[in-house]
Formats: sequence, C-alpha cells, structure tokens
Amino acid sequence: MELGPIWRAILRNKSSYALIALQIAVTMAIMVNAIAIIQERATQMARPSGTDEDNIITLTSVAFVPDADMRTMIDEDLALLRGMPGVRDAIATNSFPLRSGGWSMSLSTEPGPNSDGIGTAIYFSDEHAIETFGTNLVAGENFAADEITWNNREVSTWPATGILTRALAEELFPEETGSLVGKTVFINENDPVKIVGIVDRLQAPWNGWERVENSMLVPSRRDGEFQRYVIRTEPGMRDEMIPRIEAALAANKDRIIENVRSMTEVRERSYTGDSAMITMLTFIVSLLTVITGLGIVGLASFSVSRRTRQIGVRRALGATRPEIMRYFMIENFLISSVGIITGGILAVALNIYMVQEFALTPLAWYVVPIAMVILWLVGQAAVAGPARRASGISPSIATRSI
Amino acid sequence: MFRYYLRLGILSIRANPALSALMVAAIGIGIGACMTIVTIQYIMSGNPIPEKSDQLFHVRVDSWDPAEPYDEPNEPPEQLTYLDATALHAAGRANRQVISFLSSRVVQPAGEDSKPFQTQSRATTADFFAMFNVPFAHGSGWDKSADDTQERVVVIGQALNEQLFGGENSVGELLTLSGEPYRIVGVLDEWSPVPLFYDLNNNEYNDPAALFLPFSVAVAGEHGSAGNTNCWKPIEDGGVEAFRNSECIWIQMWAELPGEAEKAAYLQFLDAYVEEQKLVGRFPRPLNNRLDNVEEWMDINEVVDEDVSVLLGLAILFLIVCLLNTVGLLLAKVMKRTKDISLRRALGASKATLFAQYIVEASMIGLAGGVLGIGLTWLGLRGIENLFSIFEFVQKLVVMDWVMVLAAVALAIVSALAAALYPTWRACSVTPAAQLRIQ
Repeated sequence: MELGPIWRAILRNKSSYALIALQIAVTMAIMVNAIAIIQERATQMARPSGTDEDNIITLTSVAFVPDADMRTMIDEDLALLRGMPGVRDAIATNSFPLRSGGWSMSLSTEPGPNSDGIGTAIYFSDEHAIETFGTNLVAGENFAADEITWNNREVSTWPATGILTRALAEELFPEETGSLVGKTVFINENDPVKIVGIVDRLQAPWNGWERVENSMLVPSRRDGEFQRYVIRTEPGMRDEMIPRIEAALAANKDRIIENVRSMTEVRERSYTGDSAMITMLTFIVSLLTVITGLGIVGLASFSVSRRTRQIGVRRALGATRPEIMRYFMIENFLISSVGIITGGILAVALNIYMVQEFALTPLAWYVVPIAMVILWLVGQAAVAGPARRASGISPSIATRSI
Repeated sequence: MFRYYLRLGILSIRANPALSALMVAAIGIGIGACMTIVTIQYIMSGNPIPEKSDQLFHVRVDSWDPAEPYDEPNEPPEQLTYLDATALHAAGRANRQVISFLSSRVVQPAGEDSKPFQTQSRATTADFFAMFNVPFAHGSGWDKSADDTQERVVVIGQALNEQLFGGENSVGELLTLSGEPYRIVGVLDEWSPVPLFYDLNNNEYNDPAALFLPFSVAVAGEHGSAGNTNCWKPIEDGGVEAFRNSECIWIQMWAELPGEAEKAAYLQFLDAYVEEQKLVGRFPRPLNNRLDNVEEWMDINEVVDEDVSVLLGLAILFLIVCLLNTVGLLLAKVMKRTKDISLRRALGASKATLFAQYIVEASMIGLAGGVLGIGLTWLGLRGIENLFSIFEFVQKLVVMDWVMVLAAVALAIVSALAAALYPTWRACSVTPAAQLRIQ
C-alpha cells in the first residue's frame, strides 16, 4: 500500500494540508453541534399536545361593556356553538395547550406551606373539556354537569375535584403503583383537591416549560371579561367552520372576537422560534459543507497542476490511471481523517461548553460518527474531479521541460 | 506604484477566475452569515435611552417567600406588590419615580359602524413621560393632580392617533375605552425603544402600549394586569381589596437618580422602608434591595435571546472556516507562483515591494467579499424576517444601519488581510533565483 509515501509527501508540504485539515475540523465541530440542536428542537416540536389539533379552533372573546353579565354571555355563546351543525363540542376556558400564556399553581401531597410542590397548568372549564380537547380519560370519571361552579378573583375557594394528566399524577405520587383516582392533593397550600379522573395527555400552555406535560382540569369557570373559547369541529370541517363561527358570534355587539386561529396555527406560532432555528442551522450546515467541499476541489486542483510533471513521470514509469487517481483519493482520505478526528474532539468540547452555557441537551452518541461519514464522503466526492483530471495526464508530459 | 499593483492584482485575479470567485464567495458568505446575526444581536442589546440610561434605576425589594429566593441564587422579585409600589411612589424620595403595569382596553371609536378593537394600555404615573424622554407631537402628559384625583385622561401613541384621527391634533377629544370616556391630553410622536427597557417582563421587542392612562384610574377601574402576576402566599379571603393587600407582585417601578449619592441615599431609604415593614410582619427574607440601571437591568433579564448567542457563536466559527478556506487557496496560489516571485526577487524586487503587491491583491478580494457580504447580510435579514413573519416585532430586529454596513466592510477587509498575511509572508520568503532551475 502507498500510505507511507503519500503520508511523507503530505508532511513535506505541511502548511496547506494543515489548513484544509483545520478547515474540515471546524466544519465538523459546527456540523455536529448544529445537528444536535436541530435534533433537540425537532424532538420538542414532535411532542403531541394531547388535543385533536386537526379539528380545533380557538378564539378570544373580550367583553367591553361595563358590568356586562359575563355568565349569561358565556352560557349563550356555548349553547350557540354547541348547537351549530359541524361543531362537535365547545368550551370556555382560561387557556389551552401551546397558547404561551396561562395560569400555573403548585400542587403537593401534604397540606401547609412548603416549597416542594409540583407545578402544573390550570385549565378552568366544565364537563365538556375532555371531549372538546379530544384527550382520553384513562382512569376515573369526567366531571358531572352539576359539579361546575363559577369563580372569579373575588372568590378564592378552590373546587374540591380535579382531572389530572397522567404525567402530573405520576410526578405527585411516584411510589404509588395502584390507581391514583381518589387520592387527594393540596392546592393554594391548604385547599384539598380530590383526583376524580386522569387523562393520558394535555400539555400546559408553555411549550418550553420543563413541566409542560403537567396540567389539571378544574370544574369551574371564570367569569372575567377575557374568555378563550375552544371549539372542536367534526373531522375535516375545521376550515369551513371558521367563518361560520365568526359570523354566529358577531351577533353579540357587547364584546369583540379576536385571534380566531386553528390549533395548527396556534402550534406554528408556538414553535416559530424552534422551526426558524432548524431552518437557519440546516442552511448554515449545508452552505458550510458546500464551501468546504469547494475548498477541497480548489486545493486539489492546484495540487494536481503543480504536480503535472511528476504525475507524467509516474505514468511514464508505468503507473496506471487508477493508481494515479487512487493516490489523490488516499491523500484526501488521510488529510480528511486528521481533520475529522480533530473535529470530533473539537465538536465534543464545544458541545460540553454549550450544554453548560445554554442548557442544551447533550449530544447523542451517534451524531459524531454520522458527521464523520458525511465529511469523508464530501471529501472524496470533492477530490474525485481533480483526481480524475490527474489520471488523464499524458505520460508524454514527462518529456517536456515545463 | 499602487496603481501598478492594482493592475497586477486584477491580472492575477483574472488569471484564476474560478478560484478568485471562490475566495470572494467564501469571504462574502462568511461575512454575510456573521453580520446577519451580529446585526440582530446589535439591535437586541442596543441601549434604548443612551442619554440617561445610567440615571434610571429599576427598583426591586425582596418581599418574597422566606423558604426560597424568588430566583436563584438570591434574586429579589422583578416586580412589586401593590402595597409597596404605592407606598414607595407616594414617598417621592427620588427625583422622579414611576410605577406601572401593562393592561388592555377596548377602544370604541366614535361613529355607528366603526368596529371596536382591543389594544394594550399602560397604567402609569405622571412622571413616566419626562422620565423616559417620551416625545410628544401634541399636548403633554398629565399632572400629578390627575393621579391624585383619578382623572380619566389618556395619552395616545402616534399609530393610534393616525388610525382614529387621521394624524390630526386630537388633544381635548374624548375617547371611549371599554365603555368609559377619557379625555386625550397628549399624542406621542414616533417612539419605539428597542428593547422596551422599562418593561422586560413581557415581550421586550413589542411596541410601547398605544394608550397611557393614570395608574390610579386603572386600579379604581380594576383593569387586570396583562403581564405576569406571581404570588408566594395564598391570598387571604377573596375580593379585590384582599388582592391589593396580598403579597402578589405585579407592578414595575423605576426611579430617576442623577448621581451616586442620590442612588446610595435611595437604597438607604428602601432599606429603611423594608425594616419598617418587617415590624408589621412583612418581608420575611433578609434585606436584599436592588437598584439596577437600564443596561444592568437588560443584562439581568438577558434581553439577547439565547438562540441568537448560539447562532452568533456558530456564525463566527463559520467565518473562520471561510477564512481558512481563503488562506488555503491563497497559499496554493502563491505556491504556484513561486517561479514568478523568485524571478522578480532575482531582478531586484525587495520583500517589501512583494508584500505590498500581494496585500493589495488580497485587499481587492476582501473588498469584493465585503460588498458581497453586505448583500448577503441584507438577504439573510430578509430570510429571518420571513421565518418570523407572523410576529410583527421582527421588523425592528432586521434593520441594517450605517454602523452595520461599515462594520461589514471593515470585517471583510480585516478578514481578507488576516487571511492574506501567512500566504504573503510565504511569498516574500521565496529565495531569489532558487526556483529558476528546472524542476
């Protein structure tokens, strides 16, 4: 094998090869870390919200007439919405998954002031919430219609029952193996809440929250002037229902309807930053790979034209075309390997730094080998053209003086 | 001589068009990527009120839970309770002081068929406008007396005045907000500090609220806060009164203190206030009051998005790759020309002459790369604008000013010179005549 002579030839011209190896190394460091971030964001975006997103419409109703009778307005609106053909169910709530604004409280298994409570999002609603969101009740029961109360800032007593997400219930009772339905937790330090049901999934409104899977449905509605309506349509009817719902609600002039959005749009808004980050990083990595590839092409072309005579001599001494081609391919492989191995170390170091500095998820083990293979292939593809040109050099060149 | 080098440079660039294009493209793309992110970072971290940012202090007092700090390691809460905000404001110990919170109102324009709409409002006190150098097109802010008597007055922003009154002077007109009439006393000129330093708890790149109305009016009218409300202690019984007397934090406070002495005195005043409150059983935590000026407060709130910092780091590495690429190509070019160089040296060219020649050539590539880089930065900013198109605030972050254009050119030339240094040095160290022998 010609590895030895090729390596020695590289060492004779260290600086240009060191530059390309360094370039490959930094490219590798960027690529690995960009892939790690892309992966992290894509995983976050793939988490289901626990709702029937394809068929849900959300909107905000803001009453502005002083002393409006909110309770009647909400009841009339919900009766209207639930009665519309094409609407499967509807609720008035304070917030919903992916909205990025809402109410959070802390739950604990013991009463009294303590700081080890478990944070959860609170959704104030009624017995239609499970059907409207499209989540599944996996244990216990739904609220009964006569259980639903009204509350506002003036009333500070908490309803005595709640439906929790499975993630929240399991975080509250990590040791418990039996059913968690019927257990009591405490909210607002001393108010008991009995768990009457558990749903498999219903995210909190904040997608970046560490406890995003924790939420609790509360059988009570708030009668403030801001109301969020969540409407679930029959499958496939969402888009045609949006204008009809707007028109139906427009009849009441004591309030305005705003932010009418499909849940798909709510999701897009919620994850705009993450999807933009993915796009930008993908763009940066692709561009970078192209530039590094072109750099390799440029340097290899130089190297070939500088060694035209030597190649001619080798050909004249009996080297075959594939042998010449192989020489350049192996040369590139060796330089790339130096760069890729240095790059692997750089990449891991950079990742450790970024994990500390920006709380990113650490790199998955397989990203480094994947990036290695990509860069090896890019290097070989980039050098193939100049190498083929080199192999085409005629042995007769050797007889010319320049 | 310089013109001669320019000509030589152009010849050399023309001799290798593909390669020269690759070098220009690499520098341009590297600069473009870097400057796109630098521009956004520059705007995000810009000083929105440079003329007095060191005299405006955000006020924090530690009224939080005895069991744990508001934020690690030992940060006091970023907002005040109603009790503390009103007491500190009423004391009036700073040159100027302002308490405020974000809310919203439904604007009901006059006329039968006009549609009511919701807009953000800021409930604040009389000093707000003078303190933050808010420019007025017509009228002015309200007097302290309006705060005291809960007078329904309002200052409206430029855009809202445009929308409601076609940009005419609307001072003195009545405006119906959520069913109640307010008298317009002032119309703002164009004003949009970035970031919105006086309220970093909500989106710091939002526009200022369209309406400003007296704090006392908003409290009496029970305007709910549109910002965060945090409580560490359950509210005793229900009722609005109980909420106001609770330990819930929801009001922001700023004080204008022109010098170190005033700042020290005000901090002393805060400490004395807290000690007094401890006597009635409030403020269970140790003394921990803070005054942070605008830039300190922006730092604490990390106004530069973390993603931008990550992208900036990667973009700088990206530029480094592009430069390594250029160094490699320039070096290869020099290696190929050793014979020319050797000949020129043999004919009497000094090292300095050769150095000048190659640096001129590299600068031309740098300049071309810089110009391309400016174009690509503009494109990059348009791309980001497009990615965030559903959020209006992005418009403010993707603006290139002259500082950034000059920075792009400077960065390009510095980069190209840095890239050219090593290859040029190699070229200068070619020994005369040694290369003239046939290989």
